[in-house]
Amino acid sequence: MINEIISMNGYGTYVWSAFAFTLISFATLYFVTKLQLSKEQKRFVSKFGSLDVEKAKAARLQNINREILSNTSKI
Amino acid sequence: MFKYFKPNKIFAITSRAPKYVLFLFIIVLTIGLTEALILSPEDYKQSDAVRIMYVHVPAAWISLGIFSSLALLSVGSFVFKNKNFSLIAKSLAPSGFIFNVIALVTGSIWGKPTWGTWWAWDARITSMLILALFYGMYLLAWRIYQDKEQAIKITSMIAILGAINVPIIKFSVDWWNTLHQPQSINILSNNSIHASMLIPLGIMTAAFALFSLLIFLMKYNTELIKVKNKGLDRL
Repeated sequence: MINEIISMNGYGTYVWSAFAFTLISFATLYFVTKLQLSKEQKRFVSKFGSLDVEKAKAARLQNINREILSNTSKI
Repeated sequence: MFKYFKPNKIFAITSRAPKYVLFLFIIVLTIGLTEALILSPEDYKQSDAVRIMYVHVPAAWISLGIFSSLALLSVGSFVFKNKNFSLIAKSLAPSGFIFNVIALVTGSIWGKPTWGTWWAWDARITSMLILALFYGMYLLAWRIYQDKEQAIKITSMIAILGAINVPIIKFSVDWWNTLHQPQSINILSNNSIHASMLIPLGIMTAAFALFSLLIFLMKYNTELIKVKNKGLDRL
């Protein structure tokens, strides 16, 4: 049974390489995108941390900024 | 109507959704792979080589769907002057490009055992390659042009021009004599593909669509945070 699945009637090399290429492409795109997201989140936190009290207060008034900060605390 | 499209309104959803979409994607992909590689029958002519269809066809469909969306969003961004449309389009493009590359590479792998060649300059393959070039130009233009207004104009033009190629890809098998078979699946009439193959194809298409949604959400969040980073600089 296992041998049949691996050999795929002699087409195993083609079938498995097509599926492997697809899954490797998925994994690469996912990790690159995740890395970019986490880089931007870290940059945001570092910029937010360098704001003075008044500016930080003004920035916190925006929902989206609060949302980014709350999400970043989980990474 | 467009007030619901404002980033401030949708970020709360887009920032939380990826983990649920990832979970769903893994489940659907696992079912799809089991169906495609083990449970579905082999083809009477192509034998097990037909299983490549379960990655090749959904990848081609989704790359075409995403490019059509890019073109529509670009028209929307021109007509309604809504920058969020171009942000959505920019976030959709990377997964569309990857699906295009997957369709070309898996098609090439499938071509060797069925046609005896890795590559042929037939109408469908060539028009898919042209689509990949449009995707490449679209993504490059976002990187090259630093001025946002100019980047939106150029990328929108590329997407709208590239959209001319979409019907050419779709009808290439009818308009020209190509190595590709005519379409087997038609939502308006009877399909010439058996349910035992149509079901795994549908599941794999759903898995691929979920993956593109996942990448879109992550990319869109990245773009929004970039905008907010610039906003902090201006404070």
